[in-house]
Parts: sequence; C-alpha cells; structure tokens
Amino acid sequence: MRPLPRSAAITGIGVSQIGRRLGVDGLTLAIQATLRAIADAGLSPGKIDGLACWPGRMSDGSGSSPVGIWDLKEALGLGLSWYAGGVEGPAQLSSVLNAVLAVSSGHARHVLCFRSSTEGSARVAASSGATDDAQPRIEDASQWLLPSNALSLANYAALAAQRHMHRFGTTREHLAWIALNGRRNASLNPDAIYRAPLTLDDYMAARMISTPLSLYDCDVPVDGAIAVVVSAADAAADTRVPPIWIEAISGALRGRALWDHWDPTDWAGIDAAHRLWSMTELQPADIDFAQLYDGFSIVALMWLEALGFCAPGESGDFIERGTRIARDGALPLNTCGGQLSAGRLHGLGLLHEAVLQLRGEAAARQLPQPARIAAVSNGAGPIGACMLLVRD
Amino acid sequence: MPSSIPKRILPRPTALTEAFWRGGADGRLRIACCRTCGLYLHPPVPICRACLGREIGFEPVSGHAVVESFTVNHQAWRPDLAEPYVIAVVELVEQPGLRLTTNIVGCDPAEVFVGQAVVVTFEAVEDLFLPLFRPD
Repeated sequence: MRPLPRSAAITGIGVSQIGRRLGVDGLTLAIQATLRAIADAGLSPGKIDGLACWPGRMSDGSGSSPVGIWDLKEALGLGLSWYAGGVEGPAQLSSVLNAVLAVSSGHARHVLCFRSSTEGSARVAASSGATDDAQPRIEDASQWLLPSNALSLANYAALAAQRHMHRFGTTREHLAWIALNGRRNASLNPDAIYRAPLTLDDYMAARMISTPLSLYDCDVPVDGAIAVVVSAADAAADTRVPPIWIEAISGALRGRALWDHWDPTDWAGIDAAHRLWSMTELQPADIDFAQLYDGFSIVALMWLEALGFCAPGESGDFIERGTRIARDGALPLNTCGGQLSAGRLHGLGLLHEAVLQLRGEAAARQLPQPARIAAVSNGAGPIGACMLLVRD
Repeated sequence: MPSSIPKRILPRPTALTEAFWRGGADGRLRIACCRTCGLYLHPPVPICRACLGREIGFEPVSGHAVVESFTVNHQAWRPDLAEPYVIAVVELVEQPGLRLTTNIVGCDPAEVFVGQAVVVTFEAVEDLFLPLFRPD
C-alpha cells in the first residue's frame, strides 16, 4: 500500500544557539529552536496542535535528550490534539514520521518536532567527575553489549566499519573523504563547530577511538536544539513560506533488531530505503543533493549504498575521493558540514539543512546548481529512517 | 596488552537469562535452543522466531567460534578504561548468524583478525561467569 503523496510538508525550521559548551539548559535551547521554527512558519504557538520528539526525555545524565514532550508543552503553554515521544522508533526522524502520520490522518494540523541536546556540557561534567563504583546491574537488551565494555555507539559503528572493510576492501582513506567533505562544507557554515581546513594527512594521523574509526570519523557532541514544523497539506497554505513537500518517508525494519547484527547488506537503513522508493516515482538519479546521517563516517557510506546511489560495498570508490559528493559534484553531501564538523544535532540538523537548501536560503553555502529534490536519512544499525523532500 | 579487562557493567540474571550468565560454572557455554526445531536463540527469548515453539531450553555448545568482526577500543569512556582492549562479535560454529558480543583475551590486540578461530573462556565475576574468547 502506498501512502498519499504530498499529504504533509515542512513549513517551518528553527535552530538554537549551538556550541561545544554553552552552559545553557536543554529546555532553554529547545524553546529557542521551537519558537524560531514556529515564527519561521508564520504561526504562533496557539496554532501548534501537535508535538513530537525522539527519543523523548532521557534522565540519564548524558545530555543526549534532556527535554521531552511534557517539558516543552508546559513551557510553551501548548494545547495539543496529539503528541508522541519515546525511544522505540526508527531513529531521529521518528518524530517527523509520526508527525506526517498525524497530520495526514487528521489528528493534527501543525506538528512541532524537536530535539534538544546538552551533550557538549555533559561530556565535560562526566570526564571531570568521579566514576560511580556501584554500577547498577542491567537486565535490558544492553546486557548483551555493555558487559564487554562495548560502551559507545562508536564501538558498534567500528564493528560495522570492520565488516565493511573486510568484505568490500573499504579503506580508511574512503572514510576520510566523508570527514574531509564535511569539513570543507563547514568552512562555509558560520554556525559549524569545526571550520579549520582538514587534510588527508591530518585525518591519517588522528588518534584512534575504536579501530578502524579515529577521532575524525566520530561526530562532535554539542549543546543545541533543532525544530521543524510539519503541516497537513491543506494547512500548509496558512504558513509564511512555500512548503517543502514530504514526498515519502519510511522507517521500516525487517532484519534483526540487534546492534551486533549491523551488516553492510542487512541493516535498518536498507529496509527503510527499500520501502521509501516503493512509495514514489522518483529514483536515486533524480536526487539533487543528500543529507545522510554521519554520526560516524562509515554510516554515511552505508546510507549511500542503502539508498541505492551505488551498489552494496561500492560507496568507497563511488565518492571518488570526495569529488562526487562535493558541493559542485554530482551528489552534494552534508552541505552544512554534517555532524562530523557542524556538530551532533541528532539528525534533525541534516533535515534543517535540506530545507534551507531547497528554499534557497543557505547563504554562502547555497548549492550553485538547482536544488529541488533532496534525500535525508537518519540513524544506524537497527534504527534508521529516510525521506525525500521536494520543492515545487 | 592489558593484564585484565577493567571493571565491567554487569547483568542481573533473570529466569530467562540465568542459564547463560551462570551456566559457565562448569566451563560449558550454554545457549537457548528451541526444543521443537533445534534453532539456537541468542539473546535468549521464550519463543522460537522460526517455528513459534514455546519449549525453549539451554544446551551446552562446543564453545568454538569465529571472529565475525572486532574493534580495538582505545578511548577511555571511563577513567578506568585507559588500556586498549578488544571488543568482538563472534559467531558460534553451531549455527550461521549465532553471534555474541564479547572480548578477545589471551593475545595481543594486534593479533586479532576477522575469521580467527576462538574458543570460550569464562571470567568469574561475583556470581557470574562471563563468556570471553581466546585464540583457539
């Protein structure tokens, strides 16, 4: 079955101040981003009748998601017809996917989607504090990973990268071009965290985090928040700017829901992408530019394959030493610098950038060629979602 | 090469997982298995995803496995994790795709490779026997 086309649009986007260590609480950041998104749409908070976030409030001290649905609802005094938050969804785009379902089924007209993070500050607090000697025991699915001191997503991404290298001959230099492309694009983004030039030699000399991933293969934790407004097709007429249509969006999952089963040819991104292309007449060759999740460099390569821009295993050569994915290449990638250089805005930063480019509002980094159709993806391993955005 | 893996976050065994986490007391690795169709199920679940059989038991396996992927962790995620150590996903020889995330011990991290034959060895911690693997 195929969902109705163009039943929803992105009508507003907003970003808070972003920095490594702002010393600003997550709710304040969320308020900055969401009020900007609402104003961008030409709406007022009273017009927002839906609220969505992923993964919802996490009270684990990591700063990963310190603000949830109820926090923001209370802060902005929203009156909600519908809301959804929580971790069990297909990664960062879960909020947008849920919002599309809500507006296309009549449960809401304008849904505010957001994610706030204070991971930059939390990281500093963690590294300066004493460790907890009495770690509580665990009985959820993390018991199959954490007792091996596989403590970070970097470890799981490293295991996936090793598989890709072993099976397809992918090299560190292939990974490097994802990082270098991001840094090159970040030099044109005044809000990016790292803008100084990065060379292949710099990359190769970087310290290892978890082999084969080094420092520049891992994104940078920041403090910041992002918000987008998703509106029903008929409600998009109420808004200030031309709508950016959601042509298709999917977060399918058919394979194993386990991080240690994250295989280059069998993971959630492949399932989501397969479903995505079944919803549209568009094909990979129609895509003008892509904003693909780069929490780790290997993830962007695996999304290029999952979305069918190249065959499985061929992404390393496909990017042609970064030329094909450069801003003047055939498939510009992560034009704001991606999470590797612009900061970990948890996927929604990539969606924000896609909308800016489609509107022609990306300032110094606006793509030189026409940009009318974009692919956006978020997530890794057993959680992944992707979408196609179209400007009239 | 670290003399031992640093302090670990530990599981709390339940009725479903106890045979895995404590079953190594006699040196045997025990894996959940469908009594109806014989499929091994890890992590353990109370139903077989292949035949929906409800009779699930734990069977000793050979303990032999192959390194399916690995990474040498260098990052001190905690202050007591300064030394490099090997995280690996191993595939047990009993069934394709039957994987465990574990550590490779008993060799230099630089000697680990994909496809390496490994065998289980247990680390006794408190009331648990954690299955780790060493070169076979």
